[in-house]
Amino acid sequence: MEQDHSDVGRQQIQQTNSQLTWQNRLDHVLARLGIRRGNHRVAPGLYRLGVPDAGSPVLVTANYSLSFDALRSALAGHDAYLLVLDTNGVNVWCAAGKGTFGTDELVRRVQQVGVSDLVSNRTLILPQLGASGVSALEVRKRCGFGVEYGPVRAVDLPAYLKDHRATPEMRQVRFDLVDRLTLIPVEVVSWFLPTLLLGALLLLLGGWRLASAAISAMFAGVVLFPILLPWLPTRDFTSKGFFLGGLMVVPFAAAASAESPDLGALLRVAQMLAYFTLMPTLTAYLSLNFTGSTPVASRTGVRYEIDRYVPVMAILAVAGIVSAIAVAAFGR
Amino acid sequence: MQRVSPLNSLAFDPGLCSGCGTCVEVCPQGVFILQDQAAVVTRPDDCIECGACELNCPSAAITVDSGVGCASAMIWGALSRRKVPGASLVVPCCTTSTLDGSAECT
Repeated sequence: MEQDHSDVGRQQIQQTNSQLTWQNRLDHVLARLGIRRGNHRVAPGLYRLGVPDAGSPVLVTANYSLSFDALRSALAGHDAYLLVLDTNGVNVWCAAGKGTFGTDELVRRVQQVGVSDLVSNRTLILPQLGASGVSALEVRKRCGFGVEYGPVRAVDLPAYLKDHRATPEMRQVRFDLVDRLTLIPVEVVSWFLPTLLLGALLLLLGGWRLASAAISAMFAGVVLFPILLPWLPTRDFTSKGFFLGGLMVVPFAAAASAESPDLGALLRVAQMLAYFTLMPTLTAYLSLNFTGSTPVASRTGVRYEIDRYVPVMAILAVAGIVSAIAVAAFGR
Repeated sequence: MQRVSPLNSLAFDPGLCSGCGTCVEVCPQGVFILQDQAAVVTRPDDCIECGACELNCPSAAITVDSGVGCASAMIWGALSRRKVPGASLVVPCCTTSTLDGSAECT
């Protein structure tokens, strides 16, 4: 590897480019599926993209391979230095929230790789979503570099680099259908085993209809909820989940009541109670858990939802399980 | 400091604001705009408490009880009695969410 004199005693600078290889793409697919979670990393440190010189921009990112690859592939045709912080393989936004994409790591890395020896400018361009972990004032005080917050999305960087101005659109986090669809595979993978176990358990206890009702409720929470999020009524996640779960009950409740006419009145009520409590609760719980995957949930909001709905869910779940057991025990 | 919304902990003191526009720049939800050389909160309910504005405001005109709005982290944290959100606590979405490379985050 070619080496500058300035590298002596410093960490070596690695070369990179804007091409995504099939290995990169495979890595992205695996990351999106949650396979080998935590292993989608690149080595932290400084990278040359193209042939940067003293006047080239310095762009900062996380050592999550999707973050790094988004940055370098967005900058095709540009010469730049890419400074990769060690965030334990976590994306910029989540790492900034936890402080690993933060002031300390940035200052340490800038000094370690000797950025000031390589470029004449004293500006670091950070992704905007890194701002929740980095204090620009502190960075300037401690290492002499000013921080400039670029656009939220790497794809907007070429436009941004022309005049170093971001439009309000570039500054706004979006959570479009495509973004939400991208999240579904990993949600499916992570809930697959619990769903299977629950389905198997209910198959043994209450038959295939109960099992498929539970699996449908899980499907609603994991797949339908992310898709339908903006169109579900109410503001908070859990009540949206209850609504969606409630819709899912209708065909099951209708079929169940049509097919068991000989059930006594009390057991019929218990049967309906089981469906109308368990399915919405399951979907709502999964919906609440989806908050962390979105850029639209606040901590106060989530805490409020947990305090308000988790006790309700617990009561509904107990009521539903008792009803289901009663139907299973006396309904045959 | 004046709380701006019942839905979150964002508080803003217009008297301290120097009108630099940093909050407008870092906020991913467009909560602030710059008007007559001062920041104005125009979408108070949209704040997601990421804390970027407070951390980068040069005149300490903003406070927010920042944190990650992640139910999994809070529930698991409560169950395992660990501080949330902490670097020690990495829930599934942390390594796999859309807020990663190919989408929002650069």
